Amino acid sequence: MLKDKTAIVGIGQTEFSKSIDSTELNLACKAIKNALGDAGISPDQVDALGSFTYEETPEFEIARNLGFGNLTYWSQAPYGGGASCAAIGQVAMAIASGIANVGVVWRSRKRGDPSSRMWSHTDEKIFDHWKWSRPSGLVRPVDESSMLIRRYMHQYDYSRESLGAVAISLRKYANANHEALMQHKFLNLEDYMEARMISDPLCLFDNCLESDGAIAIVITNLDIAKKLQNKPAIIHAYSQGMNKEHQLMTHYHGGDPLESSSYVTASNLWNLSDYSPKEIDVAQIYDAFSPMIPFSLEAYNFCSKGEALKLINDGLINIDGELPVNTSGGSLSEVYLHGMNLVTEAVRQIRGSATSQVNNAKLALITTCDATPNAAILLKGE
Amino acid sequence: MIETIPIPGIEDFDKVYWENCSKNKLTIQHCGDCNEARFPPRHMCPICQSISHDWKEVSGDAVLWSFVIPRPPLLPVFDKQSPYVVGLVELVEYENIRIIGQIQTNSNIDSIKIGDTLTIDFKKINNEISLPYWVKNN
Repeated sequence: MLKDKTAIVGIGQTEFSKSIDSTELNLACKAIKNALGDAGISPDQVDALGSFTYEETPEFEIARNLGFGNLTYWSQAPYGGGASCAAIGQVAMAIASGIANVGVVWRSRKRGDPSSRMWSHTDEKIFDHWKWSRPSGLVRPVDESSMLIRRYMHQYDYSRESLGAVAISLRKYANANHEALMQHKFLNLEDYMEARMISDPLCLFDNCLESDGAIAIVITNLDIAKKLQNKPAIIHAYSQGMNKEHQLMTHYHGGDPLESSSYVTASNLWNLSDYSPKEIDVAQIYDAFSPMIPFSLEAYNFCSKGEALKLINDGLINIDGELPVNTSGGSLSEVYLHGMNLVTEAVRQIRGSATSQVNNAKLALITTCDATPNAAILLKGE
Repeated sequence: MIETIPIPGIEDFDKVYWENCSKNKLTIQHCGDCNEARFPPRHMCPICQSISHDWKEVSGDAVLWSFVIPRPPLLPVFDKQSPYVVGLVELVEYENIRIIGQIQTNSNIDSIKIGDTLTIDFKKINNEISLPYWVKNN
């Protein structure tokens, strides 16, 4: 069993910026060094690694730069935004099963440059599943997500104003976070309504930032964790989820395209957990695009279908709401690093060191991309 | 970035689909054993795991499930077309078959609504590929 056997004991990051004059490997090394320093663990104790299949810094380069010991486990998790919790969960399972003792999971990415976006590398001939959509001009992830939110807004009678509450709530958190790229940029409903469309009905502020940076975390078993300087963020439950007919991205060809893989992940996660949604103190919900927050809140059973946007407009996800969400500003307003900043923020909430701290936060949910096969982790304090 | 429209690569399991699109016919893959319809086309029936399959011509009549209006930055060929409408349409002859295609707007994007009933047509891209698109019924 994985439950309560491992913990996140260290978090580290580089600066975040629209453009950093450095390589992804250099950034990865710095973030990992910072995470190990935060944990108080020597690099030669590391024996496990986890990363994304989209990560371009190989394990051996990381290991020989940082001076790791002999490695006994490494793995990679697929599907970009769906990967962070899976990469962490897999390393945690390896540690819980005794294959390794100290794991590092990292993501380093230079994405500020428009030419780095995956859709811009679309080939003249498409042989994967995108052959069924990109030739018709549905090219980017934002277009794929936009299709779903228009249907949702139609089905549950919401306006663009209602959706704007998501981006505005997250921006307020970023305004309080000195690490956030949008710390000094304020956003109100008027700004939101006047923003240029990227994929109607989604506008600029419904899209994550395009940024450079790296984030790393350190995982150990609980015996080691208890001897370290930080309060451990214990991995209480973990699951992946992929439903029938899902593809990368979207679930257009399944039973109900609005019922994403998050429903599979959530169902198994809550079954594995000792806690229920109403007991969760704070959530970090993957937000490459703003609709993923209401979609995920419904999938994880924090409310019923069609209800999330209303509750968000009533203040649900704000710092004084029942379930503060993306308290560092998230991918929309802190930094976009495939959701790894959501992991570090969940750990800070458990430690009590977040810039928008939820009082006495003991249970923090982390989710990954609602539009891809995905994963989630429930962290708890002691 | 490519300057041309990205075109579907033809594979053994969807060759007939594209051949029929070039003849302005929409055909849906069905299992040769249990007759279950499936889209997108694939090698194996997810219900009975048979690799035998048939193609059945359908009307292409559809209902608009949802749509988007992509704006730049896009691939150059779509930047030039923008604003255009891409829809996810549900075929009336099936419960669960949805296909992506452009929706003809006749320069009146505001007239497009979820639930619109649609008729299929095809746009020839080259000798091998014609893409289905849909037109709103009056």
